[in-house]
Amino acid sequence: MNITLIYWLIPSLIMFCCGVYGFITRKNMIAMLISLELMLNAVDINFVLFNRYLFPGQMEGMFFTLFAIAIAAAETALAIAIIINIFRSIKTVDVQGIDKMKF
Amino acid sequence: MDYSQFLAMKQEIGLLIVFLLVFLYDTFMPRSAGKQLPVFASVLMLIFTAACCFCPCLAGSESAFAGMYETSAVIAAIKNILNIGVVIVLIQSVKWANSEEMAPRRGEFYELLLVTLFGMYLMISARHFLLFVIGLESASLPLAAMVALDKNRYESSEAAIKYILTAVFSSAVFMMGLSFVYALSGSLYFQNIYLALTGQHSTMLVLALAFVISGVGFKLSLVPFHLWTADVYQGAPTSVTSYLSVISKGAAAFAFLVILCQAFGAVYANIWEWMLYALIILTITVGNLFAIRQRNMKRFLAFSSVSQAGYIMLGVIAFNAMGLAALMYYILVYIFSNLAAFGVIGAIENATGKVSMDDYRGLSKTNPRLSLCMMLAMFSLAGIPPFAGFFSKFFIFTGAINQGSVAIYVLVLIALINTIISLYYYLLVVKAMYIAEEAPVVETFKSSCGERIGLWITIAGIIGLGIVSCVYNFLLDTTATSAINAYFM
Repeated sequence: MNITLIYWLIPSLIMFCCGVYGFITRKNMIAMLISLELMLNAVDINFVLFNRYLFPGQMEGMFFTLFAIAIAAAETALAIAIIINIFRSIKTVDVQGIDKMKF
Repeated sequence: MDYSQFLAMKQEIGLLIVFLLVFLYDTFMPRSAGKQLPVFASVLMLIFTAACCFCPCLAGSESAFAGMYETSAVIAAIKNILNIGVVIVLIQSVKWANSEEMAPRRGEFYELLLVTLFGMYLMISARHFLLFVIGLESASLPLAAMVALDKNRYESSEAAIKYILTAVFSSAVFMMGLSFVYALSGSLYFQNIYLALTGQHSTMLVLALAFVISGVGFKLSLVPFHLWTADVYQGAPTSVTSYLSVISKGAAAFAFLVILCQAFGAVYANIWEWMLYALIILTITVGNLFAIRQRNMKRFLAFSSVSQAGYIMLGVIAFNAMGLAALMYYILVYIFSNLAAFGVIGAIENATGKVSMDDYRGLSKTNPRLSLCMMLAMFSLAGIPPFAGFFSKFFIFTGAINQGSVAIYVLVLIALINTIISLYYYLLVVKAMYIAEEAPVVETFKSSCGERIGLWITIAGIIGLGIVSCVYNFLLDTTATSAINAYFM
């Protein structure tokens, strides 16, 4: 069987949708962060795939992926630092706890 | 590789030098000298801004790194506008930075602020999406840390987590859109994307543009992506809020225009004009309606800034040189008006800790000069004639109308009606300060030197920019000769 681009795109699409679903439904902030990672990784897969299958002569997509991974790591580190700060104040990482400011 | 092309990034290098000097001062000077750091940073930034404004060598067009980075007279002008805003923010925040609470992390505020400004420079100058994403992230990640700077106050952390989670979500969506654009065009250079997309129309392209617009729309807090704005503005320290509301928004607005024109200009009429059309109507209307019911001044200004972002977007949808000039002028005027309002809020908060609109009742009796500043800021934001806000709205409406289609006339009409609604809630503040009969809540107090200088500058801007027409003419002349004009239809 010849594995074409579309077979690779389906997992990345599923990952992205799982990420969006998890971000919206999860109540735990760490779980929300994991969902965000899923979304970012789906983007990375997409870039690598498009580069490998559609434009094999160049490296632009691959390089973008490398930078995107680094950026995702920075984002996670910062978000976890802030979550720890919140945990120190209210002793929970549940999103239902952070509702002091509302409309 | 030819390393001399780094020298094309003159303004970035200047900013980096300012950053290094502040960093070295913060690290190596004795603790007793730390009190002078805010003044040191403000003066350095002021010198840098003045040098950028008056040095003619910056006005030339240059590009570096195989066209990934580009600078020109227009780009230098928008960076100078941001610099002016940053100088005012720094001057206004001297007292806050020197407070007891902030002493252990005084330097961090300045370092993070300069790094985010550097990211915004990259966003504005980028002509390749990789550089743009790096700029976008280095502008928004340190901002989350700045929002969380008030470590002992819980609201600050809550605002920061809301900001970082929505920022990462939107940047993931943005990059997903970019991957579609890459699949369609085979390149991430704006120029190549423009060429590849000419005449194209597919569902994938519509989806890609929707993702890209929502990603940048988050930074600008356009309406379906605005939900973080009020909470973050309320929870963040006031100096950070003022920075977030003017500088970050101004940079994102200009970068948005550059992306939409230079990368996606070829599909203006059949795709993104209509997306932006809907976004503008929603942003202006929802921002205004929610602003009416806010009692906290910072939340109130958050929703006011949401609707102002809608007006700024009129300059993008205009898609002509006048729209670009009007957008830059609007950002400049918005910086002065909004920083005047935040200057007053910050001064009152530093002195008494009060931020509710009810606390402003009878303010004119106890603090007449602060109330006068607030009133001028509100008049300018609402667009009442002698002040700069009127002219910025006038030019941005004219720019949009010059585009010529009937749909845009309707859009401008809706924006005009919304201006009247906004007048109501801006005048609520003025009414509370001047007309309310109740006894004043805030005692008479003397604001600090930095706050007063900042307010004087902003008031001079609000009144001066409305009268001195050469500023707008300068912007119009600069944009008329700029290379971006080739992309307008």
